[in-house]
Amino acid sequence: MTPSPDRRRFGDSKKDRIDALAQTAGSTAGGAQGGTVMTVADAGRVSGGEGQSLIASAWKRLRRNPVFLTGAAITFVFIVLAIIGPWIAPYDPVAQPLLSQVRRQTNPVPGPQPGFPLGGDDVGRDLLSRLLVGGRQTLIVGVLATLGGLFGGLTLGTLAGAIGGWVDSLVMRIVDVMLSIPGLILAVSIAAIAASPSQTTVIIAIAVVQIPIFARLLRGSMLAQRASDHVLAARALGVKPHAIVFRHMLPNSLGPVIVQATLVLATAIIEAAGLSFLGLGNPDDRQPEWGQMLGQAQNYVSDYPHLAIYPALCIIVVALGFTLMGESLREALDPKSRR
Amino acid sequence: MLRFIVRRLIQMAGVVVVLSLLLFLWFKALPGGTVSAMLGERATPERRRELEQALGLDQPLWVQYWNYIKRVATGNFGPSNGVLPGRDAFEVFLSRFPATIELATLAILIAVLIGIPLGYFAARRRDSWIDNLSVMGSLVGVAVPVFFLAFMLKHWFAVELNWLPVSGRQDPTMDATRVTGFFVLDGILTQEWDAAWDALKHLILPALALASIPFAVIFRITRASVLDVVEEDYVRTANAKGLTSRIIRGRHILRNALLPVVTTIGLQTGALLAGAVLTERVFSYTGIGQALAIAIEVKDYPVLQVLIMAAAAVYVVVNLLVDITYAIIDPRIRTR
Repeated sequence: MTPSPDRRRFGDSKKDRIDALAQTAGSTAGGAQGGTVMTVADAGRVSGGEGQSLIASAWKRLRRNPVFLTGAAITFVFIVLAIIGPWIAPYDPVAQPLLSQVRRQTNPVPGPQPGFPLGGDDVGRDLLSRLLVGGRQTLIVGVLATLGGLFGGLTLGTLAGAIGGWVDSLVMRIVDVMLSIPGLILAVSIAAIAASPSQTTVIIAIAVVQIPIFARLLRGSMLAQRASDHVLAARALGVKPHAIVFRHMLPNSLGPVIVQATLVLATAIIEAAGLSFLGLGNPDDRQPEWGQMLGQAQNYVSDYPHLAIYPALCIIVVALGFTLMGESLREALDPKSRR
Repeated sequence: MLRFIVRRLIQMAGVVVVLSLLLFLWFKALPGGTVSAMLGERATPERRRELEQALGLDQPLWVQYWNYIKRVATGNFGPSNGVLPGRDAFEVFLSRFPATIELATLAILIAVLIGIPLGYFAARRRDSWIDNLSVMGSLVGVAVPVFFLAFMLKHWFAVELNWLPVSGRQDPTMDATRVTGFFVLDGILTQEWDAAWDALKHLILPALALASIPFAVIFRITRASVLDVVEEDYVRTANAKGLTSRIIRGRHILRNALLPVVTTIGLQTGALLAGAVLTERVFSYTGIGQALAIAIEVKDYPVLQVLIMAAAAVYVVVNLLVDITYAIIDPRIRTR
């Protein structure tokens, strides 16, 4: 499985996992390029003699996979909520309709009451409205952090895999070091550089953590494809190198990248909550975000656990949705599981 | 074998050098730079220049880096300015480290002792209710933010039910003798059984919270690996030649299926260290994770730097040990 079996380096186990995913890039090549190209192993398994691309057969299996459908349904509801949340929220998320009930000493958190099914928060804002509105910022943080990591990893991985040589060595050494720092601790170090935490620093910190994962993934699939027939054919036809990279190699790597991105969306949202909890989250809560709400609830959690439970449940369900979708996609695209 | 280890050590040294360079640049990039971090924003220009000269900050960057390496190699990261003011930052790390080792060890034990058997049984009874339930459980386990799980465990078992202590490492009124800094071990060594038991009780809840993610990952890898192995030809051969199911299970299935699990356990050190930052804070458990959380809050950059470097070093060393173990139990790695 490893591209260079004789040179195992530190932390190869983690890398092997990423590389194993990268290998599936070669097998999606048939689907994206020729439509009916199959690997030898696949040929025996497809019934009826008709050729079937990996993507088509993956979709066929996904359509009936309850795990994928559950994940997709959760994701769909989440995205719809992120769009319409502000319109269906009964109150403005920054209005303080329950402010008169907040008593610093005796009752800092107003309880549920008519018109406010979940009660208020510690400054008298309607909790339900903030949850409904919070989905949007949560989605924005997750998507932007994932895109940031994807873009960085795509650039580094493509450079390393396509150019090779010393560029490859240099890029991969940096990637190795980034992989050697536990994710959240890396995010914390990056967030700590910023003079004052904000939504942007949260997104950047989480994005940087994802860069090495995507970089390795891309490099692995580039290397796997460099020796493949369709790249050889393109080169023989005189296609320019950059066109080979961008039109032939990159599109074929997208399968595993999409799988990884789906899984990263879940971790990004959870890590944003972790940063908030450590005081490195966005302190400006005029635009609520679930991770931020969960992180800020810590001061009241022992007496008013519901303040933490509601945003946490939202995060858990959404993270679960992305994970279910990502895992079933991974299984569907893996030629080994086509049984 | 020796060549394998030496080669890995050299590779590791490379990683550490690049890491130190990144940390050096990180320290330079901190808001206001080192001088502001040490003196505060309102220092006079003369005072700043004095300190800059004293610290060698007026020299070229590569000289500064070399000086930095010399200091770091001797464990001199400068004094802590918030977590334990006045104490050396490296001392803070040393005094806090045993607590985290204790916690992480118990957590990984829980994860392994539940994760591997459950993974095996789930795989052997594929698509049964126990399989589906535990797969679902492992997916949820990854989706739950660690610190939220810690909050809930603390709320139910410590606050509501009052079964286990709420926070700390040991009852402060307990007059326990300190030998190693590992409180449970200390109690056993000095035969102060009540002290050991009390320290263990303090460990249970944070260890459970910390074990959630490693458990989920170890369970899933074990399950997938067993599913792969039972389809191998050698298992069929073993069945065909009439070996007892106990030998097939132990020697042919488990032994091969556990190979990838070993590396996974090493990788989980990362999750444990990151999780410790969150869990220890919830339980006010005085390990390096809690020190790191405080260092962020009070901007104690020397301590933060030691702890980040230590986290990376622990992770690298544990994975090196795991890779060596792997090479011992799987001869194919060495010969490749």
